[in-house]
Amino acid sequence: MQTKRKLHDSQATNIAIVRYKMNVVIIKYNAGNIRSVDFALKRLGVNAQITDSAEQIQGADKVIFPGVGEAGSTMQFLRQTGMDKLLKSLHQPFLGICLGMQLMCHSSEEGGTDCLGMFDENVKRFVPQVHADKVPHMGWNQLENLKGKLFRDIKAGEFVYFVHSFYVPVCDFTAASTQYIVPFSAALEKDNFYATQFHPEKSGSVGETILKNFLEL
Amino acid sequence: MKGINFVNLREAGDPVELGREYSRQGADELVFLDITASYEERKTFTELVSRIAANINIPFTVGGGINEIEDVERLLVAGADKISINSSALLHPQLIENIATHFGSQVCVVAIDAREDDKDWFCYLKGGRERTEKKLFEWAYEAQERGAGEILFTSMNHDGVKNGYANEALARLSNKLSIPIIASGGAGKKEHFADVFLKGKADAALAASVFHFGEIPIPELKSYLCSRNITVRI
Repeated sequence: MQTKRKLHDSQATNIAIVRYKMNVVIIKYNAGNIRSVDFALKRLGVNAQITDSAEQIQGADKVIFPGVGEAGSTMQFLRQTGMDKLLKSLHQPFLGICLGMQLMCHSSEEGGTDCLGMFDENVKRFVPQVHADKVPHMGWNQLENLKGKLFRDIKAGEFVYFVHSFYVPVCDFTAASTQYIVPFSAALEKDNFYATQFHPEKSGSVGETILKNFLEL
Repeated sequence: MKGINFVNLREAGDPVELGREYSRQGADELVFLDITASYEERKTFTELVSRIAANINIPFTVGGGINEIEDVERLLVAGADKISINSSALLHPQLIENIATHFGSQVCVVAIDAREDDKDWFCYLKGGRERTEKKLFEWAYEAQERGAGEILFTSMNHDGVKNGYANEALARLSNKLSIPIIASGGAGKKEHFADVFLKGKADAALAASVFHFGEIPIPELKSYLCSRNITVRI
């Protein structure tokens, strides 16, 4: 029963004590799961603004770019609204999640899409090698080769939650890797741009710590 | 990596508190099925989904009373990550395609209640009350081809008996399909979970009462599965 007790304590700390006086923006666009990110930030004591206003995004202390959806139609939407140029020009800490991370790369094999290009990498499609290789990669998997500021207090081998059919290969910007069919980038980091392929907002207390590390950058 | 999912029926106590508790204990996913959802109750149900979602930090699947795209949208906006459809998919298989096209396959869990009689597995409607002529393996394959992201299979022969999962049927499903299979019905002791992963080849095991009544604490179950060399999140 000691394990249970320990989980209680760490969770209580996250919810009750940590409070941030900062202006966090979640970018509102035509791809989903904004609500989960909003709920996760609320549990950490942050009331984020969900907005597509250029002024509010530019004035924010932290910007979160979530996403569940399809690369081609999402990039088309970002271009039509001029959001593509705006996002690339930001200087505050910026966190892309899942599709958000893939859109921060140079291009994606999903629909042969040109993306935002913060990371000069090409997003590839998982190719199953045996029957057990199910695509999408969906479920909990382990983080390895951790480096960078997002993973402070996180140990290699911790589990986080993934749902994706495309991946960024391991590259110079890789801040954490995970093995599924091939080793791939679970997280990327370059200057003010951070990105996770997994969903920190759905990854239990490990995910909460990662979000907390981002808020404390 | 094998998942331990907790299913939370509405009658099982305060769903918000239970969801929070199981998320803390280490459940890998929470499945909330509202088997009584009527039209009038939809609004209350959606509010409840939202309150649960605000309090848990693990993936959250919601099912019950989903008949059209608007129902899916309403629940996703409330904070569900996936939705589970059962009778409505059997009656209107096109709904699977619609959901997969609108929101992606990863959102669409197709739940199947089936019973083995006369040496074949038949799918049932309305929480197991009405038998159809659809067969489990054909229907599960069709659901996959139409765009289901996961199959949640409940064996009515095993459900509530606490004598283990339908491992033979599960292994057949797993060999036939290329999407994850969640096993449901039959968990009574820790060994049953090891069996459903090793023999049933399930990707996740779902249980309610053994967790709800504290018969098997989730941390203890996970340590046991580790000792059997099954990869689980600790």
